[in-house]
Amino acid sequence: MSIYDRAITVFSPDGHLFQVEYAQEAVKKGSTAVGIRGKDIVVLGVEKKSVAKLQEERTVRKICALDEHVCMAFAGLTADARIVINRARVECQSHRLTVEDPVTVEYITRHIATLKQRYTQSNGRRPFGISALIVGFDYDGTPRLYQTDPSGTYHAWKANAIGRSAKTVREFLEKNYTDEAIATDNEAIKLAIKALLEVVQSGGKNIDLAVIRRNQPLKLLESKEIETLVAEIEKEKEDEAEKKKQKKST
Amino acid sequence: MKCYRLFIPYSRWRDAHPIVHSQKYHRRRRVCRLISKTLSKMALSSVLQSESADFSFNNDRSFSFGCRFGQTDLGFGAAPGDRLNFAIKASLGPDDKDGPERKIEFLHGTTTLAFKFQHGVIVAVDSRATAGAYIASQTVKKVIEINPYLLGTMAGGAADCSFWERLLARQCRVYELRNKERISVAAASKLLANMVYQYKGMGLSMGTMVCGWDKRGPGLYYVDSEGNRVCGDLFAVGSGSMYAYGVVDSGLRQDLSVEEACELGRRAIYQATYRDAYSGGQVNLYHVHSEGWTRVSQEDVLKLHHQYQEPKK
Repeated sequence: MSIYDRAITVFSPDGHLFQVEYAQEAVKKGSTAVGIRGKDIVVLGVEKKSVAKLQEERTVRKICALDEHVCMAFAGLTADARIVINRARVECQSHRLTVEDPVTVEYITRHIATLKQRYTQSNGRRPFGISALIVGFDYDGTPRLYQTDPSGTYHAWKANAIGRSAKTVREFLEKNYTDEAIATDNEAIKLAIKALLEVVQSGGKNIDLAVIRRNQPLKLLESKEIETLVAEIEKEKEDEAEKKKQKKST
Repeated sequence: MKCYRLFIPYSRWRDAHPIVHSQKYHRRRRVCRLISKTLSKMALSSVLQSESADFSFNNDRSFSFGCRFGQTDLGFGAAPGDRLNFAIKASLGPDDKDGPERKIEFLHGTTTLAFKFQHGVIVAVDSRATAGAYIASQTVKKVIEINPYLLGTMAGGAADCSFWERLLARQCRVYELRNKERISVAAASKLLANMVYQYKGMGLSMGTMVCGWDKRGPGLYYVDSEGNRVCGDLFAVGSGSMYAYGVVDSGLRQDLSVEEACELGRRAIYQATYRDAYSGGQVNLYHVHSEGWTRVSQEDVLKLHHQYQEPKK
């Protein structure tokens, strides 16, 4: 079987493209990212990798704006992501120039996915080793969340997670993503933090959060705000635990 | 060049050296034709092959400059700024230097008109084609139906207009299929303008108005082969445009009803055909509204003449 994973352009006898599957393995090694689509807000949360003592923290950013109304987070090889993000940013502006309209989230996702697919079907190139979560609002105000993977497919989601322990986070979201959970902006942000706290060690310090509200540009939450929200969540958890204890004792 | 070294004008050198001049002159023309042929083949093939509505430009566009040198010497091409004034390139006169080029029929002698009002866009055109003083046809279709909600008018070279607008129709349809929504008038006119800009300076002659209705409301853009693309509420193109402007400017209000607006367009074209020798035939009238375009009427100018002159008697 290993002779079929040398060149990307070759299928294996049982129909696999091994390079693409290995790229998906690379994605699974990346740090977790979670995306949530609320009613008037879209939230992206990523697990911040701990940096060395002498390294400046701000130079490593996993959430990037593609345009005023679209942003993305990725999981996988950072260098590959930089290339994809550059091309997507140029495409957003080209679209504005040619069509005199901002891109829809679906359009830019389709462009990124086509780019990734092209690299799975050319000679001598390897696929991009990233999965991307693309969020934003269309010009008619609908919030959108899309996920792409190294094979070049894309799907729309209500909430999703990629990267390390993505499965755990997705199961948590499946249980907890309800209409009440995303009723207000704050609730949606808290849901994202709760989902990340499942898999991130040592709490709020290692979480990076970004939100886009309708008709507003991308906003990266500061660590202070994140700490406040984490504290709120902890308090809610304690209250819940207290209530349960009281119910048991009565 | 030799003439400059001798400090004499080119014309004197040319008359003094007939044989050498003619050899150099024809060699230059052959080279220019060869280059423009290759350039246009390369440019055309890239336009036809372009994927997506060509939002991402490939790097092999280095050839898209126009073949500019020697343009004035060789005697073809309108003066720059001609189209911007919507002026006609007056008589394709008896210039025997470029015999074959000059015999091509151009529709500069025409009147096409389009204006926006509250219920959409009215498009009115005449239907005469002239070659010099000869009326080639009285029944030319100068409105091209790009798709059920976009119209393009034709002024300039008939082949250029109809070819590029059919290509535009193809691009619009591909956009619609890819993005699951209709293309906007702004985007359609931009696609057309970008397509012909690659051929700027190569002798295309096209002055068209792209009219339609999209999510922003009625849309009207003027696009020509010089690379102009202008958004506006009212355009008239062609030799009879000045007469048409006079009528429309005096009668245009935003609150016109559909019938009043149609009558205004009809009257404007009629008045233009009355005074301009190069416009005539029939008046074709279209109305673009939120559901698409409808062909309102096609009336012979002579019939309109009797209709308008009758009350005066």
